[in-house]
Amino acid sequence: MLSTVGAETLDSLFAHLPAEVRLNRPLNIPTGKSEYEIVDYFRARGHECAAGGYASFLGAGVYQHYRPVLVDTVVSRSEFLTSYTPYQAEISQGTLTTIFEFQTMICQLTGMEVANASMYDGSTAVPETAMMAVRLTGRDRILTARTVHPEYREVLATYARHQGMPLVEFDYVRETGALDLSELEQKIDAETAAVIIQSPNFFGIVEDVRQAAEIAHRHGALLIFVFAEAVSLGLLEPPRDADIVAGELQSFAISPSYGGPFAGIIATKEKYLRQMPGRIVGETKDTRGNRAFCLTLAAREQHIRREKATSNICTNQALIALMATVFMAVYGKQGLRELASQNLAKAHYLAGRLPLRFSGPFFNEFVVSTNAQMPAAINQSLLEHKIIGGVPLGKFYPELERAMLLCATEMSRREDMDRVAEAFR
Amino acid sequence: MIKKVRPHINQNEALLFERSSPGKRGYQLPPLDVPPVHPASALGAENTRGEIADFPEVSEVEAIRHFTRLSTQNYAIDLGLYPLGSCTMKYNPRVNEQVARTEGLAWAHPYQPESLAQGILEVMAALEQALAEITGMDAVTLQPAAGAHGEFTGILMVRALLESQGDPRKKLLIPDSAHGTNPATAAMAGYSVQNIKSNALGMVDVDELARAVDQDVAALMLTNPNTLGVFEQNITRIAEILHAKGAQLYMDGANMNALVGIARPGDFGADVMHLNLHKTFSTPHGGGGPGSGPVAVKRHLAPFLPKPRLARRTDGNNARWTWNYDLPQSIGRVRAFYGNIGMHIRALAYIMAHGGDGLRNATLDAVLNANYLRALLEPFYQLPNKAPILHECVFSDARQAQRGVRTGDIAKRLIDYGFHPYTVSFPLIVAGAMMIEPTETEGKAELDLFIDALISIAKEVEETPDLVLTAPHDTRTSRVDEVTAARKPILRWKP
Repeated sequence: MLSTVGAETLDSLFAHLPAEVRLNRPLNIPTGKSEYEIVDYFRARGHECAAGGYASFLGAGVYQHYRPVLVDTVVSRSEFLTSYTPYQAEISQGTLTTIFEFQTMICQLTGMEVANASMYDGSTAVPETAMMAVRLTGRDRILTARTVHPEYREVLATYARHQGMPLVEFDYVRETGALDLSELEQKIDAETAAVIIQSPNFFGIVEDVRQAAEIAHRHGALLIFVFAEAVSLGLLEPPRDADIVAGELQSFAISPSYGGPFAGIIATKEKYLRQMPGRIVGETKDTRGNRAFCLTLAAREQHIRREKATSNICTNQALIALMATVFMAVYGKQGLRELASQNLAKAHYLAGRLPLRFSGPFFNEFVVSTNAQMPAAINQSLLEHKIIGGVPLGKFYPELERAMLLCATEMSRREDMDRVAEAFR
Repeated sequence: MIKKVRPHINQNEALLFERSSPGKRGYQLPPLDVPPVHPASALGAENTRGEIADFPEVSEVEAIRHFTRLSTQNYAIDLGLYPLGSCTMKYNPRVNEQVARTEGLAWAHPYQPESLAQGILEVMAALEQALAEITGMDAVTLQPAAGAHGEFTGILMVRALLESQGDPRKKLLIPDSAHGTNPATAAMAGYSVQNIKSNALGMVDVDELARAVDQDVAALMLTNPNTLGVFEQNITRIAEILHAKGAQLYMDGANMNALVGIARPGDFGADVMHLNLHKTFSTPHGGGGPGSGPVAVKRHLAPFLPKPRLARRTDGNNARWTWNYDLPQSIGRVRAFYGNIGMHIRALAYIMAHGGDGLRNATLDAVLNANYLRALLEPFYQLPNKAPILHECVFSDARQAQRGVRTGDIAKRLIDYGFHPYTVSFPLIVAGAMMIEPTETEGKAELDLFIDALISIAKEVEETPDLVLTAPHDTRTSRVDEVTAARKPILRWKP
């Protein structure tokens, strides 16, 4: 091969690089390791984390749900794992068909008319929908509920700063933990492009989507509905009154993996389609008249529109979206409802034994008062029983310094929940 | 003669919704160990939904056959050469998949106590350190979720730096050969875009750059080697021009597979760059993601990195990793939690398996492969740019276009020969571009098959152009009508 290219050595292929840019020493990275050593290294790192034996009641945007075996079986198929974005439709029908099914199921779940092929995660989907609302309304102000995940709001703030999008937040009702509709009514104005709410909200409380939508629409603003716990959609009324939905699918058989990779989605009404960012798959035919799928409406995207694109997003989370697709196929119509019902039952069992901070209806997580104790002290005592307790809320909400957010899922065992209840006594 | 493939049976598969029948299920939940709760009474009847209309109802066997049959309709690296230029479709080592599923790592919750997350933090710190060494930079964030997200993060940091000096400035310079994500990123970061023309060798015209850089320019976004596979000969001069006017050099690291172990952006003047772990560092593309887009910076930009940042704390004799949120100049978060950790694990496994020498050898092989393809294909396809290349080569369809055959047609015909096509019609500075990146993954045998295929297609263009214009012929799906898909969008199944 060297003689074919007219080079004497491999190094001479770089002879044209200016001398001053060349690295004149080996990289300071240890010699290559064998497969066994690599497996062993990561096993050791795993043991330094809470591997095995720990029960956890953490939620707050990342949920511990059972992952059906079929999910990893499917995503480990070479043809799904090691293919690129399906630009060449003729040899990518596998990926394209599953994305089309994904888009369909996201619409069925959310009550929206169109959905994209995925976003990085829920937190980055939110600012993308805010920018979408700005383009659609010609207004620039974004009104966000304080009950939206605090880290999602931080990400929104990072994006908004340079978009000329003023951000305003409105509070929650201290008694119920639900968004304060009267404050929303006070703060919304003729410059407001969108109202962003999350349900179940960060405290686990189910919000009044209809009322929020009514207020937003009366002022000519769009309602953006955010969800972080997708399993809730197995029982909760879909946000039909929303204009745009931004969500996180981690709950659909995506391992917590210390926060990623996850998969976000955006779904909306058909009339807003052209302003929706991200890849979209559409149905068409091949020249023989057979049904076929392909990437479509690319005129919204960066590789065609460059600086006028709806977003800079290129690579998304296709394989993770496939995990969610397999999850939805395995659980299906009955299963998602039954799974959601189990979550509801477990959470209400645990909540029934604890001092609840808020009175609003909740799905599988809830805020409890720690009263005389600090949350950290309770969590510390639980760790001694190999239980990871809840998320202390003072970090995000100073007024909730003596409160924590607990989550129970279908994987929570009754005896562990009883143990948690004891720690509060 | 097509050597690599011949047709084989490939089963039809209906959509999940068409396969469904009422009552079928593929799951079983354990019995509840707590009393059931009535949804309408707990959540309110107005908040509770009925059944999800048309949601799938299939058995476990139907589900696995469905997805397995569909998978056979995909091409993949594990089936052969996947020469998409600028995409670096290299082998995805399976050990990486296994270690990413290590229990303590895969099931770690981002809010679990740091004392119970030290193993993961150690992995992230080791990766940050390795990427800093490879790029010649001083600090790294792993938070961005993909390359374009990394670009956005890097440009926000440039903006924050300039703001701290009193003026964020107005525009970014972007060469006409750049990826579309660069200008799209500029817009998201509140900058306008000024395009810079490439010279005859596909490189930045230094004189034009010198004229363009003024007090309004925040940065140049430069891909090096560029999208023609050509290393910018004047890179240090380019950096000097920018720095002299207080502007920054942003490097798009999409093509870093050409440089690892050979040259470091931090040594040739780049101030900030992103890496694509799903390109250079072998994490799988998965049909379009997930990726991961770490950003590496020089010291002067480090205060602006997204928060939180990993930090080493020492209490007495104990040292441990912790998250530091006390970063007053940070641009803030670009993503919830800490990034696509599963991809970080895979990338570190790749780096560990190769070691410093192995990483450099991979670069040598990738560059040799691209040069080998170029040498053997040049007699048959027009090579618009004769400058020496590194990891990829770009031909033009100029000769074939005289017969009415374009780059997209040649690409479709390659499918009949058993290959995934190259990148079509990019970069935009080459009319009818055919952009080929073989990566180090391929041996001579697979490259020779690919070369034979392209030579054979060049002959077909002369003798039987219709054969190429109507390709692919031997795939289960023939050429797909993308025009109708866009004109009359059908974006979901309906009963």
